[in-house]
Amino acid sequence: MRVLSWVYLALAYAFVFLPVAVLVVFSFQDGRLPVPPFQGVSLDWYAKILGDDDLMAALLNSALVAVVSSLAALILGFLAAHALARVRLPGSVLMRGVLIAPMTVSYLIIALGLLTLFNQTGMRLSLWTAGIGHVVINLPLCFAITYAAMGDHQKNAERAARDLGAPEWKVLLLVSAPMLAAPLAAAFFLSVTFSWDEFIIAFLLTRFDVTLPVEIWSMLKSGLSPATNAVGSLVFLVSVTLVVLLEVFVFRRAK
Amino acid sequence: MTAGVSIHNVTQRYGTALALDGVSLEIAAGEFVVLLGPSGCGKTTLLNIIGGFAEPTSGTVLIGGRDMAGVAPKDRPTTTVFQDYALFPHMTLAENVGFGLRMRGVVKPARDAKAEEMLSLVGLSGRGTRRPHELSGGQRQRVALARALAVEPDVLLLDEPLGALDLKLRRAMQDELKAIQRRVGTTFVHVTHDQEEAMAIADRIVVMNGGRIEDQGPPRQVYLRPKTLFSAGFMGEVNRITVTGGQSPLGPLAVADGVLCLRPEAISDRGPLRLGPCRLVETTFFGTHLRATVEPAAAPGFHLTVHLPQGAAPAIGTVLDLGAEDHVVLQEA
Repeated sequence: MRVLSWVYLALAYAFVFLPVAVLVVFSFQDGRLPVPPFQGVSLDWYAKILGDDDLMAALLNSALVAVVSSLAALILGFLAAHALARVRLPGSVLMRGVLIAPMTVSYLIIALGLLTLFNQTGMRLSLWTAGIGHVVINLPLCFAITYAAMGDHQKNAERAARDLGAPEWKVLLLVSAPMLAAPLAAAFFLSVTFSWDEFIIAFLLTRFDVTLPVEIWSMLKSGLSPATNAVGSLVFLVSVTLVVLLEVFVFRRAK
Repeated sequence: MTAGVSIHNVTQRYGTALALDGVSLEIAAGEFVVLLGPSGCGKTTLLNIIGGFAEPTSGTVLIGGRDMAGVAPKDRPTTTVFQDYALFPHMTLAENVGFGLRMRGVVKPARDAKAEEMLSLVGLSGRGTRRPHELSGGQRQRVALARALAVEPDVLLLDEPLGALDLKLRRAMQDELKAIQRRVGTTFVHVTHDQEEAMAIADRIVVMNGGRIEDQGPPRQVYLRPKTLFSAGFMGEVNRITVTGGQSPLGPLAVADGVLCLRPEAISDRGPLRLGPCRLVETTFFGTHLRATVEPAAAPGFHLTVHLPQGAAPAIGTVLDLGAEDHVVLQEA
């Protein structure tokens, strides 16, 4: 029985990670096609993509969009969560529901909606419009995470801060936000990860400057190459690093 | 820094519920006032109104002669010590205590000096670099007190500050609280439901019930000469004997009509107000006294609670001739 459970565990991990492993292995392929047989180890493809200006520009764009849109989503989500947790308004439940609702809408629909809106208002597609799209998908996440973390503990400390003469913005900046540092960091890192990997919104809402997933898409159009594997491996490496950072600095400390 | 508080005819309504019903109270500068009552009596509501956390439905609050209507908590000359301490967990003790001064634009060296002074006032000298989670409950409450006092408020509000501490620590902190109040001279308004705590610290106890002030005065007066039956009962155990036309279940008693209230410790074999022979039903040893239940011979089934000296060890069934040394007659509300 014990052996069987280990086998099961191994199979489960294999199922999840085999595609990634294959992707990474064939990014080192010493040959023109990322398919078996494996012809030997080479770093040529990495050299090629690191020397590719378009790709590197896209990588920077992705990082920029991820960080800026996540910050915006975090601030907006935090403020909304704080307000709805603290102030009893008519229709609080409804407002909470409406804020979280975009989570259930497909990215494609959100992107199409935004595309129509930008066309109507004459806003030109750019990294900014893709960033706005990412705020739309990440705000509900940031809101939900911070809202769930708010308790009476913060509420009382905020009351004490007000009592000691703190104006509202200082209460938020010096008391509420630092007390919620762990959930805020978690929300931020998750948002960055989602934005970094996101394709459909970025594809539909960018034009000349594009993000990395969109650039990879256009590489794929010219056929399979170990270069796309190399880029994919890099993207994966960044995502993994973010998740590990999150684990080490946020969840570990919160315990 | 200290100031008096004048509360005029304050009413607070939450929907249809009446939390405060026309409360008026004058608190002198430097006075230690305790608002005492059961939960839901309006004592915390009154404290919140003084602190500015709630606006009264009607009525006025003056602090140091200044009308507080529409003045936010941060702009009032009051600070609060909360029951759950409400310390800032991400700040050191010095930063916690210096927070109010920081909000008032005081520079860091001056803040730190004042924080250290305040921490030593509450017996936590030299611990400024610690964080709240390293402290015990009692120490956290001291930090909360130091933090509230650091900005030198005119009035300090204490919302059941000792409620979360165990009994022994609570009694120790009471003495300390009183000593600190004497030293700083600030007006203290303290809310509690513990009448022993109230008697231990108050210059004046204000007994509240159902949104009204039932009784007020120095501890001795409120305990020995309560104005209402509620106040008598809330301040401590009391035997109630209804007297009509000089007649009571115990036989004729030479007191005015109403409810005769006798504290258990006021009953003994001496005492001018004779209660007649009583049979001992049950005794329990309490350390400081022997708590006894007795049944008057004249009224079978009627029980009185009596505190006998700790050395006494009478057998159950013994008949004692008892009298009351002190009594008060109150009217049913």
